[in-house]
Amino acid sequence: MTTFKRAKGFWLSISLSLIFFAVIQVLIGGGSLNPFYQNTLMFIGINIILAASLHLIIGVTGQFSIGHAGFLAVGAYASAIMTMKLEMPFVVALIVGGLVAALAGLIIGIPSLRLKGDYLAIATLGFGEIVRIILLNIDYVGGASGMQVSHLTTWPWVFAAVLVTIIVIRNFTSSTHGRACISIREDETAADSMGINTTYYKVVAFAIGAFFAGIAGGLYAHNFYIIQPSNFGFLKSFDILILVVLGGLGSLSGAVLAAILLTVVTTFLQDYPETRMIIYSLVLIVMMIYRPQGLMGTKEITSMFKRKGGSSHENKNTAA
Amino acid sequence: MELIQQLINGVSLGSIYALIALGYTMVYGIVKLINFAHGDVFMVGSFVGFYSITVLDLSFVPALLISMTVCALFGVLIERIAYKPLRNATRIAALITAIGVSLLIEYGFIYVRGAQPEAYPSDVLPTDKFNIFGVSINSQSVLIFGVAVVLMIILQIIVHKTKIGKAMRAVSFDADAAKLMGINVNNTISATFAIGSALAGAAGVIFGIYYIKIEPLMGVLPGLKAFVAAVLGGIGIIPGAMVGGLLLGVIEALVSAAGYSLWRDAVAFIVLILILIFMPQGLFGKNKKEKV
Repeated sequence: MTTFKRAKGFWLSISLSLIFFAVIQVLIGGGSLNPFYQNTLMFIGINIILAASLHLIIGVTGQFSIGHAGFLAVGAYASAIMTMKLEMPFVVALIVGGLVAALAGLIIGIPSLRLKGDYLAIATLGFGEIVRIILLNIDYVGGASGMQVSHLTTWPWVFAAVLVTIIVIRNFTSSTHGRACISIREDETAADSMGINTTYYKVVAFAIGAFFAGIAGGLYAHNFYIIQPSNFGFLKSFDILILVVLGGLGSLSGAVLAAILLTVVTTFLQDYPETRMIIYSLVLIVMMIYRPQGLMGTKEITSMFKRKGGSSHENKNTAA
Repeated sequence: MELIQQLINGVSLGSIYALIALGYTMVYGIVKLINFAHGDVFMVGSFVGFYSITVLDLSFVPALLISMTVCALFGVLIERIAYKPLRNATRIAALITAIGVSLLIEYGFIYVRGAQPEAYPSDVLPTDKFNIFGVSINSQSVLIFGVAVVLMIILQIIVHKTKIGKAMRAVSFDADAAKLMGINVNNTISATFAIGSALAGAAGVIFGIYYIKIEPLMGVLPGLKAFVAAVLGGIGIIPGAMVGGLLLGVIEALVSAAGYSLWRDAVAFIVLILILIFMPQGLFGKNKKEKV
């Protein structure tokens, strides 16, 4: 019975989102949405994918990673090489971007996941910087001056990628593997002693998160006309981190909401980058002091519509 | 000869890293927090030194002292406002706050003052060159190294011979036990932030004199590298930070000398990842077992 209900909710949300997609597509086709709004919409989509992928690493598995821009950069450059140098179709480029980023996730994940907490944070930060410096020194991708990319990202691509990301991450989280990841977040030692292969699940979470960050990278690269290593510095990682922290460490819908909210705020503050950074950093500090679990905590937005005492299993703990 | 020249450059750079790394390592030792804002305290120190020299027309030593004092107060202020409410929060919450404070200082500073860089006047310290066995040595590098060594000796005396130093060692060993023994833990933590930030301020002035150009985002990279230096020497261990800083400076200079100067910034992080994987306790640290 509960399985049936859950399946019904699943198909309901899929059809709702498809209707949303069709409405926007008609608006774009009819010319009612000017390029500025279209661009904002693309950014929201890309940021949702990034927030969801980092949510899997930080929110679900509890591994504090602040080098997410590194995966984004790997995906962006890999897919740009695919379309621009090897002249592959866009869909192949996106998947290759994701796979190369997942490979990078494995390479950084396997050694550095022996680390915990602050040390892992610093190691991932170092990884992000190393990626940036490597890209800066490779002439094949243009070095510091960057790489020309043609504009291929369109609304159907972004929407499809967002939908796939959210479905995969949501289903992963509620599967056996996802529960194992949550148990690592709550108490790694206890999870270990219950027979969960913690290293395996941490690396899996890293690889999946990196894969989707890579796909976001592909969309990001083909949304601009040029990509440069300086687009993928520490500040980009911070932009992604704040989406997850603001939404609630452990809440997918929170991360998605924060991605929508902050992308809109960023668009309005585009001409005042300092003000934007000041607001962002104040939000982080005040949030950590007064509400460290984020806006949503580990709750999902769907749980608000459920009756109390139902089959929902609320998790009172937070990732932080 | 070229190699020795590069080694001397490396030691000068390394002494700057070492001074910043000391602040990281002391704060980490006492509150287990990576103070991301430390690199920005370094930047503020550099600007305070710059304005003391150009606007107030002071010479090197008074400028250094003013910068150290301002940074000490600034460090205590950061600790009291941002970190103290989080004393009992999770480490991740504290880390996120530290990143927030760091960005707030950087962009608040740009907002107030503008992002344009400044250039230190070149006549603050004498720039004579003298030759020893064919190696030309800049008197500035010698003075900078000397200042760094003097500050480190003063730090050792404070930590090992004074009452506040004893309190600092006690709190970093076991904060609860120290509290039971009548040590004021809050004041001790503030004193640690004050001393660490003063050293960062001194490093800022030295950096400005040595590299001339300063700008509001200059603290990010040296801050991160100084953290690498602190980890390299074993975080929480004061002599470790000194050795780690000097070693990192020399490694970077050698990489530049080998013709890979564009890769210089990556080397620090590769060192970090290698040391975290193979020797997470650092060069001077002892391996601690986790208790369940």
